[in-house]
Formats: sequence, C-alpha cells, structure tokens
Amino acid sequence: MAARSKSVASMKPGETAVISGFTDEQLSVKLLEMGFLPGTVVRFNFSAPFGDPVCVNVSGFDLSLRLEEADTISILD
Amino acid sequence: MAYKKRMKIALVGKPNSGKSSLFNQLTGLNQKIGNFPGITVDKRMGFCQLDETTSAEIIDLPGIYSLYPRTLDEKIVVEILTNRNDENFPDRLAVIADATNLKNCLLLLTQLIDLGLPVVLALNMMDLAAKSGLSLDVKKLSKELDVPVVMINARQGLGLDALKKQLIEDIQPSSRRIFKPLDEVVFAVEEIQKHFSLSTSYEAFQYLQQSENLLFLSKEDRIFIKEVATRQNFFPHKYQGAETIHRYGFIQKVLDTVIIKSARQEWKSASNKLDKILTHKVWGYLIFFTLLFLIFQSVFALAQIPMDAIDRGFADLSGFLNKRLPEGPLFELISSGIVPGIGGIIIFIPQIAILFAFISILEETGYMSRVVFLMDKIMRKFGMSGRSVVPLMSGLACAIPAIMATRTIDNWKDRLITIFVTPLMSCSARLPVFAILVALIVPEERVLGFISLQGVALMGLYLLGFLAAMFSALLMKAIIKVNERSYLIMEMPTYRMPKWSNVGYTIVEKTKAFVFEAGKIIIAVSIILWVLASYGPKEVMDNARATVQSESYNLRLTEEGFENRVAAYKLEHSYAGIMGKWMEPVIRPLGFDWKIGIALITSFAAREVFVSTIATIYSLGSTDDNLTIKERLKDEINPETGGPRFTPAVGFSLLVFYTFAMQCMSTLAIVKRETKGWKWPLIQLVYMTGLAYVSGLIVYQVLS
Repeated sequence: MAARSKSVASMKPGETAVISGFTDEQLSVKLLEMGFLPGTVVRFNFSAPFGDPVCVNVSGFDLSLRLEEADTISILD
Repeated sequence: MAYKKRMKIALVGKPNSGKSSLFNQLTGLNQKIGNFPGITVDKRMGFCQLDETTSAEIIDLPGIYSLYPRTLDEKIVVEILTNRNDENFPDRLAVIADATNLKNCLLLLTQLIDLGLPVVLALNMMDLAAKSGLSLDVKKLSKELDVPVVMINARQGLGLDALKKQLIEDIQPSSRRIFKPLDEVVFAVEEIQKHFSLSTSYEAFQYLQQSENLLFLSKEDRIFIKEVATRQNFFPHKYQGAETIHRYGFIQKVLDTVIIKSARQEWKSASNKLDKILTHKVWGYLIFFTLLFLIFQSVFALAQIPMDAIDRGFADLSGFLNKRLPEGPLFELISSGIVPGIGGIIIFIPQIAILFAFISILEETGYMSRVVFLMDKIMRKFGMSGRSVVPLMSGLACAIPAIMATRTIDNWKDRLITIFVTPLMSCSARLPVFAILVALIVPEERVLGFISLQGVALMGLYLLGFLAAMFSALLMKAIIKVNERSYLIMEMPTYRMPKWSNVGYTIVEKTKAFVFEAGKIIIAVSIILWVLASYGPKEVMDNARATVQSESYNLRLTEEGFENRVAAYKLEHSYAGIMGKWMEPVIRPLGFDWKIGIALITSFAAREVFVSTIATIYSLGSTDDNLTIKERLKDEINPETGGPRFTPAVGFSLLVFYTFAMQCMSTLAIVKRETKGWKWPLIQLVYMTGLAYVSGLIVYQVLS
C-alpha cells in the first residue's frame, strides 16, 4: 500500500491546511456539498474531549466531523 | 370579485438559515402538520395573506444543503420539486440564504435554477453580515443569477412586505443554466427528457441520478430509466462530485463579482470563546450535566403544580357528573370513562410544554449542536448518536415528549434505537408505583446514619432502567441492519439569543401533535379498560349488593365500608377481574396473584393507575393516601403460606416488572405515530413485557 497522505484527522487545534482530495467516494459527495472543496483552506478549530468528533472551519463556517469522516479528507503537506 | 387560485409557496434552504423563523413570521399560528402522502415525513404548512386579494399556502420543506438527500426527511424535497403533477408542487419557491454563509446556501439555489423553477432568493441575517463587515452588491447578485433577491431579517420580521410583494409578482424561471450534463451522458439525458416531456435537461438528469428517491415514478417508468441508463452508459452517482465542484466554481465566480468587502472572522470570536468553555473536557460536561439537572428538575417541579390542578379538576368534574347526570350506562361512560380518559391526556401537557420549551431554547441558541458534539463518541458505542442524549434524559420525565424529541436525529437507525430504548428510562409515572412498593418492602432504616435504604432502592431502580436501556441499545445495534450510513457532518452554528416566539411555536406544535395524534388512541383504550373494569357477567354484577350484604352480614360495616366492599366485589367480578384470575397461572411464577393481575391490566392505560386499582381492590375506596394503602397491603395474607402476601420477593419482583414493562399506551401511541406504523410499537411491547416477565421471574425465584 502506498503511503497515505496526511488527513484532516491528523491536524492540531489552530492549524490550517489546504484540502487536496478525498479517500472515501461515498462520503466525498456529502463533504463537497458542505464546502470541503479541493484547494480550499480548512482550519482545525478544536476536538471534543475524547478527541472525537472534531470541529473545523471551512468555506467560512464551522462544522463538526467524526474522526473517521475527517480521516477521509486528504490535505497537502 | 374574481376567483383567485390560492398560490402554493415552498420555503427551501439549508438548516440554520432562519427558515423556521420565516415560516413562523409568514404564517403566525395559522399552521398545521399534515403528512406527505406515502412517506414518513411531516408536512408543515400554513397560510399567509400576501395582499388584500391573494392568499398563499406556505409549505415548509425540510432543511437541505442540496437536492441529493442524506436522510429520509430530505428525500421529500427532490421528490416534490421534480414532480410537476403533484398537488404539492409549488407555484413559487422562496430560497432562504444565510448572508453570512452565502457560498453554502447558493449551492441549492443553483440546482433549483437548473430545474427551471420560479425562485426568489431571500437573503437572511443581513444584520449579522453587516456586523461581520460583509458588503454585497445585491443588485448585481440578482443580475448574475437572474433571480429576484430580497433582503430580510426573519428573526425581527423585517423585509417581509417586500418578500410578499415579490412573491405575488409573475416570476419567470431564471434564464441561467449553470450545470450542463457532461457530453458522455447527453444522449441518456435527452432520451429521458423526451420520453417524460420534461422542461429541463437537469430534471431528466435527476431522474437518471436518483430515480429510487422519486417515489411518484411508476414501476414501468423506473425500469425504463434503468434501461436507458444501462444502454447509454449512465452511471448514477458518478457525476455528483463533479457537479458540486462545478457549481461551487460558478458560485465563487459570482461571489467574486458581487462581494464588495469580505467578512472578517472576528465577529465570531465571542462564540469561539464560549466554545472553549462549553466544549471543555471538564467544564463542558459539568455545564451540560448541570443544565440537564436543572431542566429535569423544572420539568418535575414546574409541571407538578398544573398537573395537580388538572388531576383534581378532572376528578372533581368526574365526581360532579357522576352525581348530576341521570343514571344509565351512557352517562356513566361519560363521567367515569371519557372524562378521566381526557384527563389522562391533558395531564401530560405541562411536562410536554416545559420540556419542549427547554429543548427549543437549546436548539435556538446553538447549544444543542455542542451537546451532540460532546456526547457523540460515548453514545455511538451504544448504537445511538450524540443527538440521542436529550431524548433519553427527557425520558426520565415522560417518554412521550422524549420520543417526540427524537425528531432531531437524522439517521433512521440511530433514531429507531433511541425511540426503542427511551421507555426503559424510569419516567415520572413509575414513581408513585415505586414509592408505595419501596415503602412497603424496604425497611425505613439508615445505613451509617444518613443513607436511607429506601432512597438507595429507589435510585437503584432508576439505575436499573438506565442500564436496561443501554443494554437494549447494544442489542438493537447488533440486530438492526440499515444501509443508511450514519454521519455527523453537522454545522456548528454561532451562538445567539433564542428567539422567543419560535420557542412558543415549537411548544404549540408539539403539544398539538401529542393531543391530537396520541390522544385518540389513549381515549379509545381508556374507554375499553373502563368498560372491562366496570362490567362483568350481568347476573353477578346485578346481585353484587345483595351478595356483599349477605356475606358481610355479621361485620357491622359502616355505609362507606359497605360501598367500598361492593366496589371491590364488582371489580373482582368484572371482565378485568375475570381476566386477572385467568392470568393468574401465567403471573404466579412471578409471585403475583389475581389481584395484582387486575392492577396490571388496568395500569396498562398508565402506570400510576396501579395505585388506585390496588386501593379499590383492597376495599379502600378511592383513597390515594399511601400510608393507608401501605398498612393494608402489609396486612394482606397469602392464603397458601399463611404469611404476608407482599414479601420482599413479591415486592422486588413487582418493582422490577414495573421498571421494564411497557405499561403505557400513550407511549405505544406516540411510537406508532413517530415510526408511522404498528410494527415497532408492537415489537417494543413484546420485548419490554418479555424482559419484565423474565426479570420478575428471576427475581422472585431467587429471593423466595
């Protein structure tokens, strides 16, 4: 298996990154609709007390994602 | 005056865009909830006077981000908007967009434009947008989209006149076509468009993309669409990602030309600071549980006053009618069957209203999504979601509003599990039953001087109910297979003050739904139970007085004592009594006799009826004085053993039985309503009764 690129799940609070793509096709259509577009900036706001879910900001609004959902969003290193 | 057709206007927009506020502003209390035919979604609609001569029917469609649905509720939107022959097909659409978050809101609008629908864009929250420093060229936006744009403030009701005026006008569909199906699928789309004579190619594209969601299509239509798709190499769902990216590309271009000054993020800083505390790993949970505790307390304490008044009022009314109405079975049915039945519905209103007031405030402020955020991980282990927390906790007050509150759970499996296990949480109706039995069998002693044993027993029962709920959820999680994936891609709205009129509308809506939907079944079953408990084989009942008189000839009863004996005799020989005796072999392994059997039957209407039935059957008249009942139960002898009837084994068996059993037809009625069918309430009834029976059996056999 090829080395996976970094995902939103691995980000730290306050960190920003650029979305490069998705690893789950079924989920990607929902994520796209919510504004997770390749090339846009995503900011990791904070995570819930047990590390899951997480809150991120994308296209100007705050969203919560489960860690497994965040893990399907690849980011540029 | 010329007859004017009533216009149909549909409100569409994403969740949290102010759609409900706008709907409430337009329709006021002129709202009603109906059903969309053949689908399990409530249809919220109301009426609005647009000008002196035109009135409109406003349909509030579920909040959606795009035409591609994620939940059952959302499917209705694409279903309605692609079926021009449907009676619900709107003449106009008002798309509500949150101006502070325009990009996301415009996605849906571009799809509606491509469907060729007459839309008006209502830009909401312009005040917040202005506060954030955002400055828009609204005229240009309207021109770029070729759609009329109106600025409104749905919370304060500003701009509504302009919106109404715009809606009356002859609105032409936008001339823009934003997304064109790719070249590779053009033939498939053309063929479908021609076959069904559709006005836009995007509509045909939707037929191909999601025919399974368009319930109005006939089986033949569907087969035809499938056949075309296969023949022309059209792969449904393959094109959705590309479509979304294309639309966002268009939106970005439009926004680049109309945004004069973009928003700063600082206006959210207060909200972000609040989140630091409210989702903190210690403070977050502490604040949440404190809030829950307060809500729970208020539902109990605040509701108690009106509930007592209602209880007394209906008892008085029933007694008054009993005295005033002429004798006869019909009048007795009214005074002793129907009036208490109605009382049994009305009594829940205070709890429902107060609970929904709190839930609505939590929703309005944006805190609810933080609760979901905090609890999601834990709840998911049990097959539920973060959104299940509030319904479960509400179940401690009353399962009825709690099950109604599961509407906020968008995943069907999560919601079903939550509905299924909520009645296991010990509700306030179990408390009177618990109180009397615990007082009877648990000694009034204190351990270490301050821990009351009775208190511990009571707490244990609550804990038992909670554990049973969690265990059942795990079981359901393993059993139910649903293809629908569970998502938590959820917006975290900025905190704001609740809009009080929206809170009010929610209370009215939920209360009305309960009274009219569950009420019908509750009344019907109350009447049946009343008939069972008051009628029996004619001969025995007619001779009740004489028989009791001859039996108790030597007892020198007071007149009241005599009447109480007659009542007990009548209940014993009524159909309910016969059923109780008939049931005895079944419930004997649990330690119950036929007298308890009768109480089990009558308390099926509502658990608290157990106490009054026990009072009647032990010839205590209609007392609800716990002390009297307790003393009487203590003295009851078990003829087989010669010892007391209510041994600890019987008492605990009965307590466990009431903890688990679905002794509440109102809950069944509401589960039927929420799951739109009898399947789940019946499974629930069998499961809970089975669990209660087996647990009672084990407890009795082990303890005795």
